Parts: sequence; C-alpha cells; structure tokens
Amino acid sequence: MAVQVASMHFKERAHAKLHDPQLQASLRKFQGKFVPARRAAITELDDFEGTRNAGAEIRQRALDDLDVWLTIFDENARARGATVLYAQTPADINALVLEIAQRHGVRKIIKSKSMVSEESGLDHAIEAAGLTVVETDLGEYILQINGYEPPSHIIGPALHKSREEVTELFHARHGTPRKDAIDELCAEARSVLREHYLTADMGVSGGNFFVADTGSVVLVTNEGNATLTTTLPKVHVAISGIEKIVPTLDDVATLMRLLPRSATGQSISNYVDILTGVKGEGEYHGVEHMYFIVVDSGRSDILASDVRQALRCIRCGACMNHCPVYQNVGGHAYGWVYPGPIGIVLTPMYVGLENALDLPYASTMCNQCGVVCPVKIPLPDLQRKLREKEFEKQLRPWHERAGLKAWGMLARHPALYRSVTSIGARVLKMMGDRRGMIRRLPFGSGWTDGRDMPAPAGRTFHQLYKARARGTPATLYTSPVPAARGEGAIKVKESR
Amino acid sequence: MSIDDNQQAREAVLARVRAALGRTGPDDEARAAAHAYIAARRQGPRPAMPADLVQRFVERARDMSSTVERVASFDDVPAAVARYLDAGSSLRSAIGWPAFAGLSWREHDIEFEARPATGDDAIGLTGCFCAIAETGTLVFVTGAATPSATFLLPDTHVAIVRADQIVSGMEEAFAHIRRECGTMPRAVNLVSGPSRTGDIEQTIVLGAHGPRRVHIILLDRAGSDSAHPARPCRADTRFR
Repeated sequence: MAVQVASMHFKERAHAKLHDPQLQASLRKFQGKFVPARRAAITELDDFEGTRNAGAEIRQRALDDLDVWLTIFDENARARGATVLYAQTPADINALVLEIAQRHGVRKIIKSKSMVSEESGLDHAIEAAGLTVVETDLGEYILQINGYEPPSHIIGPALHKSREEVTELFHARHGTPRKDAIDELCAEARSVLREHYLTADMGVSGGNFFVADTGSVVLVTNEGNATLTTTLPKVHVAISGIEKIVPTLDDVATLMRLLPRSATGQSISNYVDILTGVKGEGEYHGVEHMYFIVVDSGRSDILASDVRQALRCIRCGACMNHCPVYQNVGGHAYGWVYPGPIGIVLTPMYVGLENALDLPYASTMCNQCGVVCPVKIPLPDLQRKLREKEFEKQLRPWHERAGLKAWGMLARHPALYRSVTSIGARVLKMMGDRRGMIRRLPFGSGWTDGRDMPAPAGRTFHQLYKARARGTPATLYTSPVPAARGEGAIKVKESR
Repeated sequence: MSIDDNQQAREAVLARVRAALGRTGPDDEARAAAHAYIAARRQGPRPAMPADLVQRFVERARDMSSTVERVASFDDVPAAVARYLDAGSSLRSAIGWPAFAGLSWREHDIEFEARPATGDDAIGLTGCFCAIAETGTLVFVTGAATPSATFLLPDTHVAIVRADQIVSGMEEAFAHIRRECGTMPRAVNLVSGPSRTGDIEQTIVLGAHGPRRVHIILLDRAGSDSAHPARPCRADTRFR
C-alpha cells in the first residue's frame, strides 16, 4: 500500500498548521538556518550562475535522451555484476525488495533515506512480510519510532519536531532515562543504530544519482548512514527514479557543487559514496549482491507532459526552504511525500490532479523557488500550467470558472472593462474607512483577516492616465505610500 | 512482477520513456551522441584554486571540522599519532590498514593491529587514495588492503595524507581513479570531516554514526617508503 495521499485537503491542513504553536515554533527555528547558510555558501563559487546553468543543462540532457542514458547505465551496471530491475508502479518496488530479501534469506534490513520508498510505503510492506526494517537517517529514525510519522521536509524529515518531543520519544521507545541535551540524544540514537548496522543482512538506500558512464549509484549524506548501510551488509538495494540518471562522473562533480550548497549551505556533504557493482577479490567489507531498482511510477508521464523540467530536480529542498508558504505551514500540510514548490508540481502529476486540487494554488507565485533552484526549474511556470490544466479539465469550482470566464469576457471588451472597473474603483473607495483602508472584503475575508487593504482613490488607471495627459493632478490611492507607487507606474509608462 | 521476468518491465519502461520523447525505438544517432558526450569528458565551471593546493586543503579540511597536523615524512607518523592520543585520551591502541604495520609503534607505546575494524575499535588508521583541495575531502577507494569500515566504525579516524596526493577538485580525483584502477572500484567514498547530523532542531552534532573526530596527519615529503598504500587498487598489500 502506498502512502496515504492527503493532498486534497491542503487548505484545511494549512489552516490547522498555522494555528499549531508547536509547529510554528519549530518552523521559526528552521527559518534562520538553511536560507542564510545557502546565501553564504554560493559565494564560494566564482561562477555560481554558470554552475547553475551547467547543472540545468546536465539534468535536461539526461531527460531529453532518457532512454539512451538508461540503456547505457543498465549495460554498465550489469557488466559490473549488479542486477538492474525496473519498477513500473509503487507496488512493484515493494514486491521486488521483498523478493530480493527472500532470495538471500534476509531477516533484518537497514535503510538509508529514500524518498522514492516513501512513495511506495516500503517500510510497511517489509514489516507486513514479517521482516525487520530500521531507518538510519536520524530524522527518519525519529519518525519511524513515532509510528511512521510522515517526513515534513525532503532533507530534514523531522524538522517539525522539537527537542522536547524527541526527548519524550526516546525515553518511551528506548526505555532509557530522559536526556535533554541534543548531543546526548544523538549519542543514544548512535548506539541503538550501531547495533542494527552490525547485525543487518541487507541495506536499502535511495540514489541521488545513477551514473550512466560507470553504472554507479551516488549517495550523499552528512551522517555517513548511507556509507555504513552499503558497506556492512552483504546485499545492497539502491532504489531511485528513472530521472536520476546523469551521464558522467564529471557531471556529478558539477552537481555536487550545487546540491549541498543549495540544501544546507555546506560546501560539500560529509559523505559522498559512489558505488559500483559487487566486492572484489580479497575485499573484507562490501556487498556480494547489488541490485538497482529503477522506478518509473508516473515519471514517464511527467516526461511526456509540459512540466518535464520538474524531473531535473536534484532534491536539495532549497525551493521549500525559501517558500513563504512552506515556511508558514510546514511540510505536512501538503499531504504527500514531496512538499513545497516542487511538491505542488510533482504530487498532482504522481497522484492525479483530481486528488490534489489545492496544491497548484499553494503558491504566491513570488518565484523565490525559481530563483534559488540549482537546476533552474521554472517552478511558478509549471505551477501555472497545472492551474490551467485544472481549469481545462473543469476541475475548479463553478464560481471560480464563472469568474474567470467573466474576466476573460471583460478583458476582451475594453469599453466594458473601463466602465466596470470604474464602478469597482468607486465602490471600493466607499468601502474604505477614514484611513482609506478596507478592513474586510466580501469574498476576500481570508486575505483581509491578516491585513487591511488600501482603498483606491476612486479612479482607475485609465482615468488617471487620461487626466494626467490633460495636465490635471491626480492620485491613485488615498494613502500616501501606494499613491507614490501609482504615480511611479505612470511615469514608467510615459517614459517608454 | 518478479526478478526473473523483469525483462518485460524493462521493455515497458523503455517503451514509455521513448513514447514520451516521441521515439518509436532505439535511436542510434542519439546513442552515438551520448557516447561522444561521455568521451569528451566535459566539465562545468570550476572555482579558481590557489597555487598552493596543500594550504587550501588544510584550510578547507579544518572548515569541515577535521584537525590537521603537518609532519615531514612517513617515519614521523607514530610520534604524531602518539601526540594526538596524548592530547585526547588515555587510549594507546589503534587498528588500521596493513600498510602501517611496519612503523615503529612500540617505540611510542602504541598497540597497533593491522586488521579491519569491528564495531568496538576506538581508533582507525588509514591512508587515502587522494585528497581534494577544493573541499578538504579525503578520497577512499576500496580494495583488499583498504577496507572502508576502518574510517567508518571507530570513534576516531586518523588519516595519513601525503602532500603529493592532494589534487585540485573532484574531477581530478575521478581522472586519477580512471588512470590507476581502470574501472570503477566497488566503492569510492569521499569523506569531508566527521560524521554529523542536524536532524534535531538543525543543531549540528558530530559523530552521528561514523567518527566523531577526523584527524589528518599530512606528510610534507613524499619520502622513500614503499609500504605506503599509494595504489590501493592494486591489492599488493593484504591482511595476513
């Protein structure tokens, strides 16, 4: 069974998250960390913009000839003794992992973080089959022992949890005395997980990149958990999407200048593992059986669609770190595996637009995400495309469709547009209070709940422009600051 | 769906990908272009590196929370390890790669065992394949004489790096591996400082799973030692 999709209810969930004081406290701590760290780290590159361009090209090149790169990867990986398997659906992923486990008599599986396995609910499937699975990324481990709470961020899965919650959780699950210091909590997790590393039969990992030229998988962590997961057990299964192919190791070098800087603001992640095939003669550690599970599960549909660029994503999380919506509601509001600006594009494509109607609207279109994306995915454009699709498929509510139709009609008839907007501007002026602010907008109360709206001065831009051409002084707004802005807009228009 | 009849799934996925790209079958021209791209070894923009790569490596390794001591040559290693141990703990035993078995450990009151690490060893001693100046990174290549658990399981990892092993960036490290090893070894591990986590309130804690401390002993002179594992791919030194 795949992870429950709760993306239909973004609005309700977002509302609840805004009023969750515990979450809001965690989000405030989070905001001060990754954003400034990234800002500092990108200055270490002499040509960050050029590196971003190169990163975008590398990822787009892989996608535009994806069948070719997949085939080359497949051949090279097999030549080194790995088994390359394909999963068309989330259920296929689980079935393959269980079959591999059965084939090698596996009882205990250790796992380093894999978002793709979250898509398929792999851990549940493993436990349902009577095997033991242990997540080793500290954040994922915390969530696992809390009854498989869903991750709220792709690189900081437990960032919504406070230290106090972790203290209680470890005390309850490990049966140890409560520890308050974060380093003591980490030490406790280390000793619990160390035992599992040494006794596991199989390691399951994700894959940051599949390298076509060498048939390798690249794993990136700070904890070193992927390194241990793929070094000590005899079997390794690396699961990732078909889109994670990159042509060469030199391409990996370029992408690794972008990924950690964009993710956590580090110059380099502490551990980067490039794993190819099975262990050689005389090697003491290392896997005897290596499996790749290459997952389609909706990706070829995205490849065929007009949001193909979303598949460039290297899962750094910069878009969510910088998103004003994510920063305020956290990852759980999005209701599926991938939150934030990339999530609101990927989720509807993976689970169906009709199951995620609010998501393309979970954006202010401010383009912070597009500006920071290390592989230049034009996220607001893709979000707009999904909004258009919803409209075309008549998935929006009737009043919204009617409103858009009415707007379209008005916009095509200038005379009508002018008279309607002139009435509108006057009505809005009357609604303003003595300060010229509107406290509550009918149909717009969600907006005015949090702020007042400046009332217009009663005249439209067109009227004002005409009056100005005649030499009559005019103001757009009754309050002084926006008025200056309105005048500025006119000046800009005149200077052209 | 099973492992043995997965060929069908492979064909189905490739067919869907090709359909998405407007192709009906294998595209020979695109394949030739892909191989040409691989052969060209194209690199992205690189940050400028100073002439003194060794100094750069030392600075960046320290930025990544490694500690570094520079000594003259291979023969100075046991004394340097002893100094490091004296500063930190009362432990006088270490395990490590076989290349270091012949050093004068007893003279410095250190018990050295050339064997792969278990979960209980306190100090693991390794060389490295090469090191990267750009990011202060140690590059390890697995082989019979260079087991990776030695730099993963012990609490403290001590790495011996020769100055002439330091290369500019990841690209040079990869080229070096291609030259020395021919094919990719099972594992290439790039390690930059101790294992760390920020998963509880984004507070950085060292020693998440792997070493809490990484200490680099940098040899300024290459020296004449033949025992040092400069070529771990050629499994010439084995555990006995």
